[in-house]
Amino acid sequence: MANEIIKELSLGFPIFFISAMGILLVIFDAITGKNKIINYIFAIAILSITICSAGWILFSQYYNEANNLVIHPISMGMLAYNGYAYIFDVIFGIAALLTIIAAREYNERAEFEYKEFYSLVVLATSGMMMIAHSADLLLMFIGIEFMSITFYVLAGYFRKRVTSVEAALKYFLLGAFASGFLLYGIALIYGATGTLTFQTISQKITAQDYNNLYLILGITLVFIGLSFKIAAFPFHQWAPDVYHGAPTVISGFLSTAGKAAAIFALILIGKNIMFVAIRTLDSNHIITLQNILAVLSAATMLVGNITAIAQNNVKRMLAYSSVAHAGYMLMGIVANTPDGWAGASFYAAVYVFMQIGSFAIVANLEDKDGEYLDFSHYSGLYKTRPFIAAMMVVFLLSLAGIPPFAGFFGKYYIFKTAIDAGYLWLTIVGIVSSLISVYFYLRLLIYIYFREATEQILDTSEPRAAGFTLLISAALTVLLGIFPSYLIELLLYLR
Amino acid sequence: MLITNIPLEFYLVLSAILFVIGAVGVLTRRNAIIIFMSIEIMLNSVNLTFVSFSIYFGDTLGQLFVFFVMAIAAAEAAIGLAIVLALYRLKQTVFVDEVNLLKW
Repeated sequence: MANEIIKELSLGFPIFFISAMGILLVIFDAITGKNKIINYIFAIAILSITICSAGWILFSQYYNEANNLVIHPISMGMLAYNGYAYIFDVIFGIAALLTIIAAREYNERAEFEYKEFYSLVVLATSGMMMIAHSADLLLMFIGIEFMSITFYVLAGYFRKRVTSVEAALKYFLLGAFASGFLLYGIALIYGATGTLTFQTISQKITAQDYNNLYLILGITLVFIGLSFKIAAFPFHQWAPDVYHGAPTVISGFLSTAGKAAAIFALILIGKNIMFVAIRTLDSNHIITLQNILAVLSAATMLVGNITAIAQNNVKRMLAYSSVAHAGYMLMGIVANTPDGWAGASFYAAVYVFMQIGSFAIVANLEDKDGEYLDFSHYSGLYKTRPFIAAMMVVFLLSLAGIPPFAGFFGKYYIFKTAIDAGYLWLTIVGIVSSLISVYFYLRLLIYIYFREATEQILDTSEPRAAGFTLLISAALTVLLGIFPSYLIELLLYLR
Repeated sequence: MLITNIPLEFYLVLSAILFVIGAVGVLTRRNAIIIFMSIEIMLNSVNLTFVSFSIYFGDTLGQLFVFFVMAIAAAEAAIGLAIVLALYRLKQTVFVDEVNLLKW
């Protein structure tokens, strides 16, 4: 017994550690007085240890798929310790780390640096890791709520700025509304199968021991709830407002890590419920549901990209483009094959790095009242701020899907899996919409490189620590673009 | 047991009606506090679903879930009211249609 407890403690070290330390960090906030740098360093240390331990478990193959057949003594079968979970641990950890590194000088400039910022980011990360490790609908729900509730606070972090509070209110009301749908869906899946564990749900569906009506309704409602969280088409209206109003570094965190976490929840539902149901039953209803999802994915890509063309504000343009990228990731869920899940996960990982990088640049160029966000303010940037301009090229080309960068391979792989799964029309829509997206990404580059600075030059200082965020995310974007097979093969091997 | 004399469907229909009342409330009301109360109705109608399924199956999993939902709803209430309060301090209003700075 003692051995098993030690084994589970070491298997679950990343998630146990970050959860415990997140709570400790809140207490620590109260003790350290006015000294903010201690919390900053402490949060960075916590996240680094979490990333390293998850990476170590992943690469030493210390976890074992057979582990999941044993009931673990601490979590009682609620936590899953499989390879996907650790990969997502690393992604979420890196996203939070990059955010915290970039956030300090941004908050200082806005004269709004408080210590709880760092503990909130750490706690949000632990909520995401709960989703990644969930083997159970209950834990998945708690993880999503934990993440969302910390996000509501973070979106309204500049509580003296009306736009930030407005973003928080919209995010809160719509997010809580969506949680209601998600929860109702989970209740109906429980009613259909009489259990909440993914494994048992799959078994019951295979044994045809379930209620069809409740299951279909439940899956539909869960998808509605999660579509809100990833900002997919009919439920995307909140996203631009929230990403525009929230503090810029936080917009980067919400639109990447939060989206990746919700995509992982969709992968869990797709893998454990829909995939099993289609394979065993040829259930027409589920296939209809999948086709509806395909239409939504196509609409998400088109709406996000077409609306982004009309934007003159860089932050809002990135917000709309993040809606479009949710559509690309959704294609992997639509395909619903191991390749599709690997593609969606790969795209989520790539998207995290490129989007956090571009939001960090926007944060760096913003002045202390959150102004200077228009395209015209970026004109002539290559002369005044050559480093930032060069970094922006990497991120924008990657977001547009131009070959040497990771965004290209992510899109290529997802399009390929969608064709393999028989969704050729969806792939064509995807390609068309990504061509549309090239227009507004390149438009910003034209402003940066080919226009003379007309307005007053942005007077913010060169990035200090935020430079590391830019360098790390640019390096990862380029590396994943040149050597995508390492991550893809790992994802395919681990499924 | 008295409760099993009433068929499961009655409870489910009741909670579905409550859920729809909550959802319609969210979509039609403009006062942030009332919208929030409607969301609470939605969550509690789901709790009713969980409890009735739980009794019907004769296991405690659904009732266990309800405790977690209650705790989460409490956390959400704390955060939500704090956000509404921050908004009221800045704009002296709690009506969501008067909060419209962010537009494209």
